[in-house]
Amino acid sequence: MAHDLSVADHGPRTLNEFLQHCINALMLGATYALLGIGLTLIFGIMRVVNFTHGELYAYGAYMMYALVMKLAVNFFVALVLATGLGAILGGAVELVLLRKLRSADIDVTMLVMIGAWIMLQNMEQLAWTGVAHAIANPFPADPIVIGPLSVSWNRIFVFAIAILLIAVTYVLVNGTKLGMAMRATFQDRETAALMGVPIQRIHTATFALGSGLAAAAGALLGPIFLVTPTMGDPAAAKAFAIVILGGMGNLLGATLGGFILAFAEEIGVGYISSGYRDAIGFLLIILILLFRPTGLFAQKERIS
Amino acid sequence: MSRWTWLLVFVLASIPLWVTSLYFLHILITTTIFIIAAMSLNLLLGFTGQLSLGHAAFFGIGAYASALSSLGFEIHLTDDLAIGIGPKPVWLAMLIGLIAAGLCGFAVGKIAFRVRGAYFVIVSISFAEVVRLVAVNWVELTQGPMALNNIPPLTLGVSGVFELSFARKPAYFHLVLAAAAVCYIVIRRLVNSQAGRAMIALRENEPLAASVGIDVTRYLVLASVISAAMAGLAGALYAHYVRIVDPDIFLFIYTVTMVIMVITGGKGTLAGPVVGGVVFGMLPEFLRAFAIAPELQWVLLGALMIVVVFLVPQGIVPAASSWWAHRGRPPAHPEPPVEALP
Repeated sequence: MAHDLSVADHGPRTLNEFLQHCINALMLGATYALLGIGLTLIFGIMRVVNFTHGELYAYGAYMMYALVMKLAVNFFVALVLATGLGAILGGAVELVLLRKLRSADIDVTMLVMIGAWIMLQNMEQLAWTGVAHAIANPFPADPIVIGPLSVSWNRIFVFAIAILLIAVTYVLVNGTKLGMAMRATFQDRETAALMGVPIQRIHTATFALGSGLAAAAGALLGPIFLVTPTMGDPAAAKAFAIVILGGMGNLLGATLGGFILAFAEEIGVGYISSGYRDAIGFLLIILILLFRPTGLFAQKERIS
Repeated sequence: MSRWTWLLVFVLASIPLWVTSLYFLHILITTTIFIIAAMSLNLLLGFTGQLSLGHAAFFGIGAYASALSSLGFEIHLTDDLAIGIGPKPVWLAMLIGLIAAGLCGFAVGKIAFRVRGAYFVIVSISFAEVVRLVAVNWVELTQGPMALNNIPPLTLGVSGVFELSFARKPAYFHLVLAAAAVCYIVIRRLVNSQAGRAMIALRENEPLAASVGIDVTRYLVLASVISAAMAGLAGALYAHYVRIVDPDIFLFIYTVTMVIMVITGGKGTLAGPVVGGVVFGMLPEFLRAFAIAPELQWVLLGALMIVVVFLVPQGIVPAASSWWAHRGRPPAHPEPPVEALP
């Protein structure tokens, strides 16, 4: 956004600019929230420091690119397929790597996940080269203009789908039998197993769900930004920031955390420097962990 | 020192005499620099048990501080007010790099050790990323992605009278070899001292260590300062060797390389990072000989990391030494499995 503010109309333009930043933050925040709730299931509830989360996000975007641009699949069908493929890849990672590490030390699990992250990222680079790819979208190119503000149709669609997926996840975890089994498994594995919960399958299902949400976020944002092999790194960092901001395993906290991070970034980019956009998430992580390690919206039982 | 140690020192020091390929000597120099960094990481990761994933930050801070001190720099605080220093001799610049990294290690240690486990890991990664973004964006100081160029090589002695230049590869190899030896000895003396035993105690059981009066934070910060300063030295050695430094030096992948070296070699052992460093310093060259694309190399390294963690979780050095201790003997009868308590 241009900053050639002349002195005469400084007042109203500054306000409009601020409102435009707020709208951008709202649109971006929904996808951040989607990334965040995916990770809060895996990192917050399963306690797996999931370094592959960003790669699942990139995988979703690449599947979207392959389906829409290479195989000419309908945009909306491709979105569903990319999300499903992400969930399958996540489930496979869980089955192959994490199932053997159930009782392993957290450091061991982290190292294995770092290895998986390096493998996935470089396989993407090998398959699709380092060149950035664009994905066409079926929405009108002209933005909706309301007074001095403007929003593109694509962004509104992304916002709506992200909110929908967040709501579905919320109901799934808090209102279904599967969700209850998930919560029981990660609260007390032995007791849950004694109650007849198939805990191995619950582990895989939870990881697949979180990964599917990350892939959905990638598939939604891919058509807005460009698709590159390293796009997952900042996404993973943001997801960790959001989970820590919202409190471990707190779905509502992660949702709000996503919007807060997006807002902080937009304000930072608009008024400080665009070079530091990705630094804001890291600074938030450091500050939150040092001064309020239970997150902003701590639930009492999560404090450890 | 035993006869074998002298022999090893002699063989290593004579390498530039019989390795005539400058390219191979270059690989040996960068490998040795990375071994120093891996040894410094091992102090934190292996001996105090803290998985620090921001170690490339200290390496990079050492490189930047040393390069900037040797080139001289100026920062404009306002339009009229500027602070800066003139170019310093390279040995002093390297010392500044080491001290700057050590001070950062102190600050990070004081702050980050308030949290443990996964949170500590995430704070350490965040620190390195923030430092990288500052290096990219603070163009006035660091030149950003344009990189710091023409970093002077190290020369010692009085100009015109007696000069010892480390601009050429054989001389530089001796320099990094000496630095690695000093770092090895410092770490060995440290871990065998009372402070080292305190660090190992709090790795094994922190509440128990604290209960017998070990000042946990003090020893963690001590380890962090020494580790960071050593990584800073490695960074300074790197900067004056390649003579160009850009913000990519802070990339997470360099930290991962150091972690892989430590874990594969054997964390918490003195020889582990050296063995792991030699393996992973040479492996990319070995793979390149088979004309394998860099991306595929990384895929293989990632896979190797997973395999090592699954198959030899304690690392090559402990596995090899236990194999050596049991060689020729039939495998010991395994302990009968202990019945799990209800």
